Amino acid sequence: MTESAPGAAASAHATGLDHDEISFWRTYVFSTDHKMIARQYLFLGLFMALVGGFLAYAMRWQLAYPDTAVPGFGFVGPETYNVLVTMHGTTMVFFVAMPILLGAFGNFLIPLMIGARDMAFPRLNMLSFWTLAVASLILLSSFLVPGGAASAGWTGYAPLSARSIYTGVTWGLNLWILAHAVEFASFLMGGVNFLTTAITMRATGMSFFRLPLVIWQQLTAAILFLLSVGPLIAAAVMLLMDRIAGTSFFVASGGGDPLLWQHLFWFFGHPEVYVVLLPAVGLAAEVLPVFSRKPLFGYRWIIYSTIVVGILSFIVWAHHMFLSGMDPRLAMPFSITTILISVPFAILVFAMIATLWGGSIRFSVPMLFALGFVAMFIVGGLTGIFNGSAPANIQVHATYFIVGHFHYTLLSGLFFGGFAGIYFWFPKMFGRMMNETLGQVHFWTTMICFNATFFPMHLVGLGGMMRRIANPLQYEFLQSLQPINVFITISAIGLALSQLVFLVNVGWSLVAGRTAEQNPWQATTLEWATPSPPPHGNFDALPVVYRGPYEYSCPEVSEDWLPQDRVLVARSG
Amino acid sequence: MKTPAATQAMITRLPPGKIGVWWFLASEVMVFGGLIGTYILTRLGSAGWSAEAAHLSAPMAAINTFILLTSSMTMVMAFAAVEKNNDRGLRTFLLLTIFLGLAFLGIKAYEYSSHLRAGFMPSTGSFWSFYYTMTGLHALHVLAGIIVNLILFVMARGPLVNGHRVELAGLYWHFVDVVWIFLFPLLYLT
Repeated sequence: MTESAPGAAASAHATGLDHDEISFWRTYVFSTDHKMIARQYLFLGLFMALVGGFLAYAMRWQLAYPDTAVPGFGFVGPETYNVLVTMHGTTMVFFVAMPILLGAFGNFLIPLMIGARDMAFPRLNMLSFWTLAVASLILLSSFLVPGGAASAGWTGYAPLSARSIYTGVTWGLNLWILAHAVEFASFLMGGVNFLTTAITMRATGMSFFRLPLVIWQQLTAAILFLLSVGPLIAAAVMLLMDRIAGTSFFVASGGGDPLLWQHLFWFFGHPEVYVVLLPAVGLAAEVLPVFSRKPLFGYRWIIYSTIVVGILSFIVWAHHMFLSGMDPRLAMPFSITTILISVPFAILVFAMIATLWGGSIRFSVPMLFALGFVAMFIVGGLTGIFNGSAPANIQVHATYFIVGHFHYTLLSGLFFGGFAGIYFWFPKMFGRMMNETLGQVHFWTTMICFNATFFPMHLVGLGGMMRRIANPLQYEFLQSLQPINVFITISAIGLALSQLVFLVNVGWSLVAGRTAEQNPWQATTLEWATPSPPPHGNFDALPVVYRGPYEYSCPEVSEDWLPQDRVLVARSG
Repeated sequence: MKTPAATQAMITRLPPGKIGVWWFLASEVMVFGGLIGTYILTRLGSAGWSAEAAHLSAPMAAINTFILLTSSMTMVMAFAAVEKNNDRGLRTFLLLTIFLGLAFLGIKAYEYSSHLRAGFMPSTGSFWSFYYTMTGLHALHVLAGIIVNLILFVMARGPLVNGHRVELAGLYWHFVDVVWIFLFPLLYLT
């Protein structure tokens, strides 16, 4: 019974490719096709990026020209500034990075790359997206309620977040918690779907060690998310009880412990960094061999490193809390595990650089962004070592050094990894090539403005500027740093404007871009073995896989690439 | 480049539904694990909890434990009926499971109301905060299980389709049962 029923469902799915006309609503809105859902995630993420980016702009303006009206926004006082900080972080991490890197790319790539017709649970997939859409609406609606949106920081530290009177925010913060809860539900459903699909739906011959790396990274991210988010859900329930039912889980005066929130938050928060980062690493790792025309260096080592990162990420969380008042004896073990995690990441970066060695590199736009990711990520990783060792961390804790470091790791993943992915798979997603010239302009302006924005943050941080002050001029020792703050703001506006080039490129390419052929980059993985964009059901006949994903410059064929599904008569495989 | 043999949909015989439910339960373990771990740590770090816990009614919770364990048994029997293609048995045992779940919630509600009447609010102290939050979250899970079973019951009025869903719902129902097995001694008996 249990064996036959899912099998029957799957074969019905395989044969009933329902090519008959589907209504507009079922095609574009309530679609169960993983490719359409991926595009929905992508556009939702891009829309929320505009919101989060606008908040960042208002924040930066306030820091450069304190207490002047922000053009297009208005006057920002300290309370509003706290709202900007909180909502910028929340929006960008949970409603931009996760929808784009996991929602869009995970959904689009997993079935195509493993040679499946769709996800294991297509309707659950649709539900995941619409749950996320509801969560986004809840988050946006929190701007409109009396008392304003949440202002306790994106980490929502207790007791600030545990009692309304401390921030003056009542429903805004409750809705903030609710938006998180709904978002978590969405990505839990998504994660279950990713894992089940990859475990049960792989094409014949697609063993785990023939999976493209980005799939491994997506799956690791999904497992990390599934196993780390639980304690934060529990913490969110407790926080909501503190705010609504008057309990004292996180309030010391009532017998609770504010530090408890930090432990539960960072037990999730640190794996979450890798939930966002690993898929970005995977996107870059897919692009590099294609444009180097070389097999990826150290395929299995990258997989092992990814797994080690995943395991270690559960035992590093207290490095966010060296100055929180926790038992100082914990600082040493958490320093050690944190420094330890740089070993697998060093292997990842080394493998990506070694892939380039001796390759015939094509500097197409996806490749530029992938290279940009590697370069920027090294900066983020190196500053991470500063933060990981407790003595150095104490110096830079809660300064702009942290803000700079954080943006070099996560934003480099989203910007450079994510854009590499978008430029690379845009032909497959939409059937049209993106404009190369505009892409080059986008890359170089982004690269310059990104560094001009975030590198100086390390400097003001070392100068002592705290990460969450609304007006740096109120401290005498920070006044000499103000020119740097103005420079950062101008660069940040430049960074925002460079993204307009991208939006123009997307809009133009969707309408008038050159029609993409099936395999425009001459790549080997399965998604390139089907038309661009793939039809409903992805493949005419499901592919059979004969080899690993990175067979470039293989001497056995005349072309310099050997697709995973090509039969070679002379070779047994 | 494609062979006709490539029409096989799956290389594994693993049923997707079951794998999905197990991953879901793994994440649920972490939710309750976080809550229970927090409870244990907080309780070890402070005094006076036993006196608070003494206000709870252990006999009533013992009856509730018995009810929930019995409901797990009827759930298993519902699945056994599915395997024998016994429509009538399936409906009977699903209905029994639903009733036992409702009985559990009823007793829980009676307990809550008697605590509240005695003046023990969630805000009374740390023990009561944990008591209401943990049992409340668990009760919501029981409620969700009842709804799932109700849907299966409605579906089972016709000829048997998707009988494997009874097994999947059963996995969840047993999980909710197991959580209670942890909550009962932690809250009532210590």
